Parts: sequence; structure tokens; C-alpha cells
Amino acid sequence: MISAFPRRLLSGAILALSCGAATAADFARPDLGKLLATGGVSQVEGAGGGGLTPWALITGYGSRDSYGGNVHTTAIRTQDHALYTHGFAMGLADRVEVSIARQSLHGDGGPLDGLRTGQDIIGIKLKLAGDAVLEQDSLLPQIAVGVMGKRNTGVSGLGAVGNVKQLGAASDHGVDVYLSATKILLDHSLLLNATLRATRANQMGLLGFGGERGNHYQPMLEASVAYLFSPTVVAGVEYRMKPRNLAVDNEKNYYDAFIAWFPSKHLSVTAAWVVLGDITVLNPTRQKGVYLSLQAGY
Amino acid sequence: MKTLRTLLAIFLAAGSLQARAADDSLYTALGGSAGIRRVVADLVPALQADTRISASFDGVDMERLTVKLEEQFCVVSGGPCRYSGKDMKTIHEDLKVNRAQFNALVEDLQAAMRKNDVPSRTQNRLLARLAPMHREVVTK
Repeated sequence: MISAFPRRLLSGAILALSCGAATAADFARPDLGKLLATGGVSQVEGAGGGGLTPWALITGYGSRDSYGGNVHTTAIRTQDHALYTHGFAMGLADRVEVSIARQSLHGDGGPLDGLRTGQDIIGIKLKLAGDAVLEQDSLLPQIAVGVMGKRNTGVSGLGAVGNVKQLGAASDHGVDVYLSATKILLDHSLLLNATLRATRANQMGLLGFGGERGNHYQPMLEASVAYLFSPTVVAGVEYRMKPRNLAVDNEKNYYDAFIAWFPSKHLSVTAAWVVLGDITVLNPTRQKGVYLSLQAGY
Repeated sequence: MKTLRTLLAIFLAAGSLQARAADDSLYTALGGSAGIRRVVADLVPALQADTRISASFDGVDMERLTVKLEEQFCVVSGGPCRYSGKDMKTIHEDLKVNRAQFNALVEDLQAAMRKNDVPSRTQNRLLARLAPMHREVVTK
């Protein structure tokens, strides 16, 4: 059922695309037609969202008659680890989002010094219903469904380990499927998001998919609450539940507190304090640190 | 029974009075009629200067538009006014306004409010009440 789902989503996306292309002669150029900040920023797996979790908002500033796109680079620095993500994403007709990102996790100090692992992520998101911004007299949030196809790029710097399977992962690739609901309550200057993700990923996929303790899809809740301090400044907190599949990793949930600044529709800067928890039993230190992300686009 | 009904009527009337009193908080936060007038005075020339939407205002009596916008903002913010203009649907029927143009007007309004030191929270409260008008305004 899960494996049939991405294919259905993809055909839905293609359908939505072809409808958009058929109606719009002025689809040729970006219109920057959405309000500032309403495309969100780039979350850590490359999708439009907050810092850790995807939102139902479609990335970029293209209205339903146009498109938008952006590139991003993100760095998370904790005591013993650095996590880098960069990628690009497009929003089409404010309906479909396509994103490509590469993550790499480095051990820098601590028992996992010298570790390198990473993954490539391709994401597709389709808005199903609602409008987070304009439908202010309705409680219906903007709802989107998304998939992230992930492939681990291998492990180095950890003795003879070259593959996440040697750490106990059942697979080096996997697919996350998520449903996001996002609502901006302008009357209260609040943004609320809830995402339910079905996943087998260990540390988002950086340590592979599935493991000795479980290799089936589990529903994980992710949530964001943010306050719109001004049209250019949004700040909030996020929570992301995680599965615990690997014997070598008592994986912890992620948290962050973020502030995002949107000086224009072409640039956003997000800074956060992020708590990732301990990463593998080899290093019991609870990893926490700073998160910095830049997004540039239209 | 009659007493009960009278009591209920008084109770309801008091309730609606209180609701109205509580409901003009946005109007007050905007600075009442003077505050709204200042915002609209900055908004109207901005709309005419905004190349994304200025064509929609060709041949429009801008003085009349100013009065109607003041009335509308007063009414939606809970102020003691009556909107005497045509309904949103009739006005925008033939203008072929798209989403981006609707949002362009929102941005011009945000700028006009910012210029008049309307706090962001108050700006958002007004936008919350205007945003659903996209259904009548956006015709393309």
C-alpha cells in the first residue's frame, strides 16, 4: 500500500502540472505573487517548511498562476557533529513542490570523530486542500501530502564500516510519506503546523532505514508553532518524533527553537537552537547546538 | 414566563452590546477613524503607483475610492460605520484580478500600515478580516 502510494502521488502531480500549463500563457515568468514568508523556509531535508519539519506550504513565491524556486544551504553544528544540507526546490502553480537535497553528517570530535555519512533526498509535495493564508474565516488548514525518496551515500571514518547495513540498518534507501496541515491564524499572528510522517528512517536516513528493532513504517508526529512578529520576522518552536530501529542507536526526538528573517522575497535567513539527542550508543552526549540556514530564490 | 422572556431579552441585548463593545477593539487599535484615514491616504496613491495593479484603477474616481475604503476598513474592524459602496463581487467582476494582484494590494496595505506605525499584530488582525474577500475579488 505504501509502495503504491508514491506512484499515485506522482501521477497526481503530473496531472496538476499539465492542468497548470494548459491554462496559463503567463506561466512563463515567476510572479513573486505570494506574500512574504508564505513559502516557508527550507527544512533540513530540503522541503518547504520550518527547520526540522515539512509544512503544507508550497515553497517559493509563485502564485497559482506561476512558479517559484530556490536554493538553500543549512549547517547544524553540535558538540561532536556537523550536519550540512544543501539543495534546490521548485514550487509549481502553488500546488506542487519538487525538491532535491543532499545531507552529510560529519563526526568532528567525540567518539565518532572522522565519521562521514550522508544521503540524497528527492521530495515531491502536492497541496490537496485549503489555503493557509487567504482562508482566514475557515478553520480548514492547508493540507498537503508529500514523499521523500532517500538514498544513503555510504559511511566512512568508522573502522571497517562502509555501509549503513553494517550498523544494523535493514536498507540503505527508503521512502518517507507525510501528510502536513498548516494554518496561519492571522488574527493571532500564529502559524501552526502538524505533520504525520510514515517512516523507517534512522536519524532521518543518515543511518539507513529499519533495523534489528523494527523495519516497518511507523507514524511519527511533527509539530511547529510560530509567531509572526512582523511581516519579515517569524519565530517558533518545533518538535519531531523519531523511530528507534537500530540496536546501536537509542534515537531521540528532535527539537528546535528558530527565528527566520525574510529581508525580501529573494532571501531568508533562519537561525535556530536545535537538540538532536545522542546519536548512536558510541557517543552518549546529547547533541545540541546551532542551526543556520540560508535560502535564496524567487 | 413573560418575566423570563424579558430577562432573556435583556440578557441577550446586554450580551450583544458587550460583544459589539469588545468587537471594536480592532477599530480602536487601528486608531479609529483618524487612524484609518491616514492609512487609506497612503494606500490609495500607492495602489495607483503599483505597476502590478495600477491598470485596475484606470478611470476610477480615487476620491470616491478613498471614502469607500475608509468605510470598508471601518466596518470590517468593528467601527461605527456603514459601507455605502457596491459589493466586492460587482466591483471586481470585470477586472480579471488574479491572486498575485490581490496579494499586491495586501502588500501595499501592509506598507501603508507600517508607514503609520500600525503594530504588526494589528495589521494581521485587519488582514485576517480582509483576506476572505479574495473569493469575490480574484476572478482570474
